[in-house]
Amino acid sequence: MSQKSHLGQLSEHVREDETYYLNMGPQHPSMHGVLRLLLHLQGETILECKPIIGYAHRAHEKMAEFRNYVMFLPNTSRVDYLSGMISNIAYCQAIEKLCSLDVPERAETIRVIACELNRIQSHLLWFGTFLLDLGGITPFLYCFDDREEILGILDRVTGSRLTYSYGRFGGVTLDVDEVFLQQATAFLKRLRKRFPMYESLVADNVIFRERCDGVGVISKEAAAKYHVTGPSLRAAGVAYDVRKAEPYGGYDRFDFEVPTRTAGDCLARFEVRMAEMEQSCRLVEQAIAKLPEGPIGPPKLIKKLKPPKGEFYFAVETARGSSGVYIVSDGSDTPVKLKLRTPSFSNLSSMPEILAGTEVADTIAIVGSIDVVLPEIDR
Amino acid sequence: MPTTLLDHLHPILAVLIAISGIMAALSLNVMFCIYAERKVSAWIQRRMGPMEVGPHGVMQVIADMVKLLTKQLITPKGVDKWIFHLAPVVVFAPVVAAASLMPFSSGVLISDFDIGLVLVFMFGGFAVIGIFMAGWGSNNKYALLGAMRSVAQNISYEIPLILSALSIVLMVGAMGRGMEIDGQAVKITGTNLAHITLVQAKTDIWFVVYQPIAALIFFIATLAETNRTPFDIPEAESELVAGFHTEYSGMRFAIFFFAEFSNMFIGSMVATVLFFGGWDGPLLPGPVWFFLKTYALVFVMMWIRWTYPRLRFDQLMTFCWSVLIPLSILNLLVTALVIKLV
Repeated sequence: MSQKSHLGQLSEHVREDETYYLNMGPQHPSMHGVLRLLLHLQGETILECKPIIGYAHRAHEKMAEFRNYVMFLPNTSRVDYLSGMISNIAYCQAIEKLCSLDVPERAETIRVIACELNRIQSHLLWFGTFLLDLGGITPFLYCFDDREEILGILDRVTGSRLTYSYGRFGGVTLDVDEVFLQQATAFLKRLRKRFPMYESLVADNVIFRERCDGVGVISKEAAAKYHVTGPSLRAAGVAYDVRKAEPYGGYDRFDFEVPTRTAGDCLARFEVRMAEMEQSCRLVEQAIAKLPEGPIGPPKLIKKLKPPKGEFYFAVETARGSSGVYIVSDGSDTPVKLKLRTPSFSNLSSMPEILAGTEVADTIAIVGSIDVVLPEIDR
Repeated sequence: MPTTLLDHLHPILAVLIAISGIMAALSLNVMFCIYAERKVSAWIQRRMGPMEVGPHGVMQVIADMVKLLTKQLITPKGVDKWIFHLAPVVVFAPVVAAASLMPFSSGVLISDFDIGLVLVFMFGGFAVIGIFMAGWGSNNKYALLGAMRSVAQNISYEIPLILSALSIVLMVGAMGRGMEIDGQAVKITGTNLAHITLVQAKTDIWFVVYQPIAALIFFIATLAETNRTPFDIPEAESELVAGFHTEYSGMRFAIFFFAEFSNMFIGSMVATVLFFGGWDGPLLPGPVWFFLKTYALVFVMMWIRWTYPRLRFDQLMTFCWSVLIPLSILNLLVTALVIKLV
């Protein structure tokens, strides 16, 4: 006979009095911020799992309803602070598409460079923290060594390290100079040299492979069920990348691949992200090579704008997956509703199904491998 | 028979001197090890490590010690007071006892037992009780999980540890038969730590040459026994917060830390005696060689810790029961067979 538990239904092989509940988080070293997982355990095996969110809620969506479109710009990079640049520019791109604004080619290319550097930075941080979750401390510091370079390069042109407000409607705030391009080129050269080291330090390590191989499989079906996107989806064998599927921001002018794996486990997600970093390197190199001369935005900065009445959705590919902006406009300078579709939320929703039946140690590896950013989930 | 240092003193006085001597030596050693660990990890991770307190941060450990000593001791609500308070002592006491058995050089040893090796393993086994007390008494699920893991791990890994050491005991017994020291016939006992070294010094070949597999198994099992990465599962900070010592603070935590570092040191010392010829070495005096070899092994342990990720618990147990134990039994049987034939 199956029994009712606090979280749902237990299978009939489990006696309720042999089980216990464990609150993992919101204060826990590897819950990536303030995620709380309520685990129902038998020994170290997870019977059920319930992610509880809301500890980093800052009401970004509500804030959007009280300020005009320009004033919401700084909020965007604080939603997913690791893909701040991509989110910030995504919002600009959404508004541009909504209001049919033109973006000069130079601005578009600069955006690609900035976004892809941001993506590499995000993946590097994920790589480091994932290894930290598995108990390997050293790779974390190597990754941060590389990541720091990117932050420095972007800091020089944008003025901030994480929470950028670099995008403007119809362009970017500041132009890049020769030094920026040189720094970016030098960094890519350095990163390319580091990949073999990461390969031998981490990917070829027996313990690492044992911990990741076949662990936390998110199948194509499960991914479709919960709308999992990003590297987690591509690791399951679906070559869906918004940059290819619905090209935006001039990505169709560049030559890059969408790396996929079929296993859908932690190892596949790791490999996809490593391959994506290489693709991002290619994108930045191409963008630097064909960076045209010209203006970086509209002749006069847009300070007030009134989009046409209606509903509108625009999605981009952040480091974590498909991130969308949904705007309901009544024709005034303030949105009636601005909804952010964030990939971490959907990716995390798949966890109860994936985590059931795994060990406590795997929980950390699996939750780490889908790369959740909590402020993005709570918004 | 080498005479011990304290044979000429009143027994009780001798014991007191020995205990305080060992405590002082262990404390100094732990401080050195902590500093070394921080510097080694820093070099591996391309950092500077502690640099602020004293030249190259050498006084940092002392500053940390003072901090830990002056911190408030927090006893959380709902703990089993007796067990909670006793646990650090139970973990720490066997460490001191085990350290007193080591032969630092020919004739330089505090206590000379014919069953020294057995005693070392026995004291090693005691630590599990303390760890389990800490986990059980803490009234914390993470601590309990860590303690459960620790008990399972330590008991499992004791088997290959002892089996691999047994093959050395067999060899010492066989090779030491009729051995003469300074023209006197000596009765060699396989489990006497000083005798194990004597045989290696006499034949000028370290047992790691004859027994590379046993040496490897012993080293791996030592890593597991001392809860070092990749086997630091009982206190896996990314999973169990801090494992069995989650609820401990201040000096109580420091004692656990102390015991852990001392265990690492003692494990290295036993490995030095068993496989690397103890005090045996050219030119330099015996104790220097002994500590050089021990610290070399400690360094390897640190190196491994800062390079590898952590195993999962079931993988750890599978590795022990299906790889290490069969291999060490096989190694023991082959050793016995060869000794019989030769």
